[in-house]
Amino acid sequence: MAKSQSASLDRKKLLGDPIMVTTIAVLIVFLTVFILYPLAILLVDSFISDNGFTLDTFKRVMALSNFRRAITNTLKVGFLVGIASALIGLLFAYVEVYVKLRTRFMSGLFKVVSMLPVVSPPFVLSLSMIMLFGKAGIITRFLLHIYDNSVYGFWGIAIVQTLTFFPVCYMMLKGLLKNIDPSLEEAARDMGASRFKVFMTVTLPLILPGLGNAFLVTFIESIADFANPMIIGGSYDTLATTIYLQITGAYDKEGAAAMAVVLLAITLVMFIVQKYYLEAKSTATLSGKASRERMLITDKSVTVPLTVLCSALAIFVILMYICVPFGAMFKTWGYDFHLTLKWFGLVFSRYKGFKAFKDSFILSLISAPITALLSMIISYLVVKRKFRSKGFIEAVSMLAMAVPGTVLGIGYIRGFSGGLFGSGILQGLYGTGTILVIVFIVRSLPTGTRSGISALRQIDKSIEESAYDMGADSFKVFMTVTLPLIKDSFLSGFVTSFVRSITAISAIILLVTPSYLLITVQINEFAEKGSYGIACAFASILIVITYGSVLIMNLVIKYFGTSRKVKLED
Amino acid sequence: MAKEKKGVRLEHISKIYKDPKTGKDFYAVKDANIEIEPGSFVTLLGPSGCGKTTTLRMIAGFESPDEGEIYLGNEPINALTPNKRDTAMVFQSYALLPHYNIFDNVAYGLKLRKLDKAVIKEKVTDILKLVGLEGMENRMTNQLSGGQQQRVALARALVIEPGVLLFDEPLSNLDAKLRVSMRTEIRKIQQKAGITAIYVTHDQSEAMAISDKVIIMNKGIVEQISTPQEAYYYPNSKFVADFIGEANFLAARVKSQDVVEVDGTELACATGNIETGSDCSVVLRPEGASLADSGSIKGKVEYSCFMGAYQDYHVRVADSLLKIQEYNPKNKKIYSVGDEVYLKFEENTLYAL
Repeated sequence: MAKSQSASLDRKKLLGDPIMVTTIAVLIVFLTVFILYPLAILLVDSFISDNGFTLDTFKRVMALSNFRRAITNTLKVGFLVGIASALIGLLFAYVEVYVKLRTRFMSGLFKVVSMLPVVSPPFVLSLSMIMLFGKAGIITRFLLHIYDNSVYGFWGIAIVQTLTFFPVCYMMLKGLLKNIDPSLEEAARDMGASRFKVFMTVTLPLILPGLGNAFLVTFIESIADFANPMIIGGSYDTLATTIYLQITGAYDKEGAAAMAVVLLAITLVMFIVQKYYLEAKSTATLSGKASRERMLITDKSVTVPLTVLCSALAIFVILMYICVPFGAMFKTWGYDFHLTLKWFGLVFSRYKGFKAFKDSFILSLISAPITALLSMIISYLVVKRKFRSKGFIEAVSMLAMAVPGTVLGIGYIRGFSGGLFGSGILQGLYGTGTILVIVFIVRSLPTGTRSGISALRQIDKSIEESAYDMGADSFKVFMTVTLPLIKDSFLSGFVTSFVRSITAISAIILLVTPSYLLITVQINEFAEKGSYGIACAFASILIVITYGSVLIMNLVIKYFGTSRKVKLED
Repeated sequence: MAKEKKGVRLEHISKIYKDPKTGKDFYAVKDANIEIEPGSFVTLLGPSGCGKTTTLRMIAGFESPDEGEIYLGNEPINALTPNKRDTAMVFQSYALLPHYNIFDNVAYGLKLRKLDKAVIKEKVTDILKLVGLEGMENRMTNQLSGGQQQRVALARALVIEPGVLLFDEPLSNLDAKLRVSMRTEIRKIQQKAGITAIYVTHDQSEAMAISDKVIIMNKGIVEQISTPQEAYYYPNSKFVADFIGEANFLAARVKSQDVVEVDGTELACATGNIETGSDCSVVLRPEGASLADSGSIKGKVEYSCFMGAYQDYHVRVADSLLKIQEYNPKNKKIYSVGDEVYLKFEENTLYAL
């Protein structure tokens, strides 16, 4: 029995479709050159010297005590943040799905919390943490009269990262809890189990893989995070910041490459466990649809403490965000609370604010549509088509998710500063806006692709087949059927990628040249210098931009999205 | 209506799939040789997993065969993509484009062929009239009932005037009554259009009602290709006999040409090419025998139930339990459980395998 004929026929059919072949070829080249190659060059850098294969570079960096410390620091923070975020996320998810929320205020709070990670620039929480609890912190200094509190270091990073990442866990776990068939728990109740017993013996075991999944996702985010440790880490260095300092401070490119390989190895292992083991398991146990509405918990002894706890946390997080615009409006944070616009004035007069916003805005606006289209094409190919290199395309575009920005940045420096393999080809790219756009694209591609894939899986395969069968070629099918049907996903991919790009820092900070001023890089610079007024002014405007984009997207989807037209008179 | 009626020929077609559980390859379709005459209505019939849909999808071009060649008319089409094949398919889920209205759905294929706007309008209007949907051009697909959506799907396939029309269980999402009226309508429209049609179904009565020929498949193998009558009266195998209508099998031995011995009694029975002296199974349709106080084979009633149109019996004959349906029971003697009876066979009803 040989399947050779069908394989060769499928190949022939594919070759009869030049647009499709070109698209696949372009994708493969893009993914190889801009994702695989920079990572491969890191391996080459750290393992190959003039005398061939060597472990010397690794031995050298491992001998650095600050690097060894950075590894343990990173893992410690990641572990704690992973556990804390998963638990807080579970608390929020449980309250939303199981507990009757009495007021609209409460459900509004939950909505805001779930939106925050989408619109928030990195290190905003670090800024406000310092401004609330630092030496000049409003809470520490003025309310509690503590004058020497230090927020820098392990606890600072851990708290800020937990508050930044737990909404992601909350959204993931909410989806899982909603999929639990209420009759499972009702059956347990019916047999005499207390509510706590039901939670421990039914609910918890069912979502345990999902909880593990949430933990690992946050773990990866935490160890890849660059901005927060940079601002609030103080002398407590993590891998991402150590690598950054190794290349910008010590100019040790091989050393930084070797360190980047170590960081990449950690995230990759986590990612593979998460993606191929836990993700499948967490959905497999909960594939059943909820048979009907859940009876919400109304028992006051349960609802009151849970909702109070959640609202306190949510209000605290929201306060931290609100702190940023106030930071930009107080004359001198911590001393003079008169409102002023001088920081905004300085941003635009002395610190080239217009250029920074223009550069960030334009580069992100160029990368967003490309990312959105690219991720829709990849999802279409992955979900709807059969061809040989499909596995490669899917794996590499998902792999980008596991690559920390710092690692990618080092890879680009090593891979493109001298052109491809030092040959000078594509060298012209280095230091330009184009390479920044490419980094933006690569960094946002996995999220876009993931949402595209889940949107496309909802669409009956035969709808596209029918168009194909009527005589449309792949390009026509994609343009007239696929894209219109996933317009919402395309739009949200567009905005998500825009927001991610305009708030990106980790890879960009390594690649940006003085000819481009980027907002995030500015914020980082001023925050490090301690000029919180300027940093907050930049950050406030950035939050307005990102929040505004999300609002506009929601309006566009509401009035022009597919779902509205299709479901018009259901 | 169709420019040219095209036949379809499958020569030694096989399709191999991998079993996702065991990881082993197996034949989803094995060595199928099928010839479909231009203008005829042919049904691929069989239980789920028999390879009928795979066969249809190979003709449409969505799957590629692992062995053999498919011809449309005289043209080999193995390497053609679905959009280049002169076929149009009506899908089980209708597969209408949800973001288009009815007119645009039906016009989709015509627009791809870059026809003149006025021509498109005329053709769409005509075809919608043919399927009984005139005046519905501006509705969205979700404003139609299942039966209406199916008509749109049919109109969309017909309007591009394909050489062959393919149906993939098009009626299985409709309720039983609508299924019956839609199938007659599909048959009428096909005859009016004079188009070659290949129809996949697992419903044998649907297949009998609309087909010039049925192709009965089982576990990837074509068991029989014949008219519905032949398949019913002269099944090739126990599988076909059992799948098309109901059948009892009686263990027997061929005594001589067209004579068999069942339980010591000789009966007239078409034996075909079966050698004298060999064992065989005699196929008995439930309506092929009646109960009487005397006759050829003796049995005992184990079940008797009034069903309206017929009296339903289970009669124990030696080791086997036979299902007998006696129609028009009002004019006949009704036997009860425990009665000793004799079976009387209608002429020309027994067939040996």
